[in-house]
Amino acid sequence: MKTSTIKVPYLARVEGEGGLYIKLKGNEVTDVQLRIFEPPRFFEAFLLGRNYSEVPDITARICGICPVAYQMSSVHALEDAFGLTLDTPLRALRRLLYCGEWIESHVLHFAMLHAPDFLGYEDAMQMAKDHPEIVTSALKLKKAGNAIVTLVGGREIHPINIRVGGFYRVPTRRELHNKLKEQLEVAREIAIVAARWTASLPCPDFERDYEYVALSHPDEYPYNEGRLISNKGLDIAVQEYPNFFTEEHVAHSTSLHSVIKSRGAYHVGPLARYTLNYAKLTPLVKEVVHEIGMGPTCYNPFKSIVVRALETLYACDEALRIIAEYQMPERPAVPVEVRAGTGHGCSEAPRGILYHRYRVGEAGEILDARIIPPTSQNQKTIEQDLWQFVSSRMNLPEDKLTWQCEQVIRNYDPCISCSTHYLKLSIEQE
Amino acid sequence: MAAKRKPKLAVWKFASCDGCQLSLLDCEDELLAVTDAIEIANFPEASRAIIKGPYDLSLVEGSITTSHDAERIHQVRRMSKYLVTIGACATSGGIQALRNFQDVKQFVAYVYPNPDYISTLSKSTPIADHVFVDYELRGCPINKYHLVEVINAFLNGRRPNTPQHSVCVECKWRGTVCVMVAQGIPCMGPVTQAGCGAICPAYQRGCYSCFGPAESPNAASLAHWFQHLGMSETQIMHAFRGINAYAESFRRESEAHEN
Repeated sequence: MKTSTIKVPYLARVEGEGGLYIKLKGNEVTDVQLRIFEPPRFFEAFLLGRNYSEVPDITARICGICPVAYQMSSVHALEDAFGLTLDTPLRALRRLLYCGEWIESHVLHFAMLHAPDFLGYEDAMQMAKDHPEIVTSALKLKKAGNAIVTLVGGREIHPINIRVGGFYRVPTRRELHNKLKEQLEVAREIAIVAARWTASLPCPDFERDYEYVALSHPDEYPYNEGRLISNKGLDIAVQEYPNFFTEEHVAHSTSLHSVIKSRGAYHVGPLARYTLNYAKLTPLVKEVVHEIGMGPTCYNPFKSIVVRALETLYACDEALRIIAEYQMPERPAVPVEVRAGTGHGCSEAPRGILYHRYRVGEAGEILDARIIPPTSQNQKTIEQDLWQFVSSRMNLPEDKLTWQCEQVIRNYDPCISCSTHYLKLSIEQE
Repeated sequence: MAAKRKPKLAVWKFASCDGCQLSLLDCEDELLAVTDAIEIANFPEASRAIIKGPYDLSLVEGSITTSHDAERIHQVRRMSKYLVTIGACATSGGIQALRNFQDVKQFVAYVYPNPDYISTLSKSTPIADHVFVDYELRGCPINKYHLVEVINAFLNGRRPNTPQHSVCVECKWRGTVCVMVAQGIPCMGPVTQAGCGAICPAYQRGCYSCFGPAESPNAASLAHWFQHLGMSETQIMHAFRGINAYAESFRRESEAHEN
């Protein structure tokens, strides 16, 4: 029987270095490998022996797209180890910072990296020639996210203002109002238009019965804390993560694959958060959801572009709420009392749950570190999506099939720099 | 007169976090103006269209950590008229150069269950250790306005104008009271190249040297002041052994405080 391969040696419009290799025998898929060859950087190893206070500055460097997520999961894990509880206004300020990163990261992906696929453009710059208003308004929206991270975090990439216990310096009420409010009000309007636009894009008909895993919080759409839940019965405290999840190391990837013990692949990110936490979205977001006809759950990974736009709208809305209610904290940080112990932290990075665990010694030195990024948790699910997707679309011309396979991967906004702490596509017909 | 051909820009990634190349996409107000003046010929993070080299300007992000990358950087150099390195990884080896002070095999075994699957070099090294570099842009991350300046300078055939003084000068410009003198907070500002705008002291913390050593830094003298402030030898070692650990002057100073 004729065998062939689909190969994408270097995946574009993803963060990091990776490729895809699919092997076909006749009309049957025989192998799918999401190849990640991003050079390993060994973050967990060089955290050993460093002082706890250096951790958020070091882990931020894992990813230039979502440094805030690394900083948040780090500081929450260390605060868990020290038994520290944050003052309410400090907690709100962290949530505001996270809104900024969600806006930055989501807009970069849905407008600049993902949308061109739906309309058949090689990139956003080409798309900008035919749809200048889409690209320019997206850049304006993204800028509002950058403005939050710059003010609260100190700068847009690798913020400097996050520390265990809180911040180094907290903004005044006037700063938040003068520098962010107006810009965010405009951004919120752009986000509504963007959500409608993403919902109008031609979308492949494809659904799978995923196990969605996300944080869940009684009062709010999840960012920094909550229990880990799934649509298939998982409901655990973040501290129990190691008992329920495990990592596998495969030869074709410098990123470890995560699975739920005894069950296998699962799905994290915008679709999981949305489906598990729809009720917690604001009335404005729900109104837009209703208008575009989305429904409270979504199992089509291509629709992640719509959910990213909706979450961007949520982040603008939530940021404006936090700014309206903000009272400047009395102190920038809660004092830290160092004690030996182990702490766990999990927060909702734009791409899904990001788990950190640290064991700290008596002098505050790091004795052990584990970091499990969202992309390594989604890797196995991406491979399974491709398996099913290619099987049902063998009649497509090869170049079209290859492009659509890339799109399947980009549905997850994979951040390969994160997961190895990347992608090439190849489809092989034997 | 015939229309002038647009210069071709390529962006290359080695071991890094993608943050510096992202800075180009973060130039919201300048991005479309840049793409008007220059043809983005090879930028996989932003586009699946690849136009073949040679390229007029290559921006290189990341450090060399694998034998494959050590070969690839030579190919990039051969295809590039001008090669500019962007960020701490490309200019000093980056945070991943912390491996250079340890046995990398132990690192692999610590992070990966099957160390045999991993191939990596024992050291993370800057691009200039491997090929000729026309200009270096420091920072973790780079300052996006410096990047626009480099592209602008290149388009106009002049040398880029980026700061060479220390962070201390930026604090004075910004009107920030010295955190080390006034509050006794250890600060790497005196030995660190300017470029960020002295953000950390303005946020009530010491500089931790994202931009690496300034020209002829007196690292030993600063380490002496750190001792006065009560820092332990390990703390001083870590202060110099951070994002730009493998930059010559910082490497020597951190080794001087290693037990």
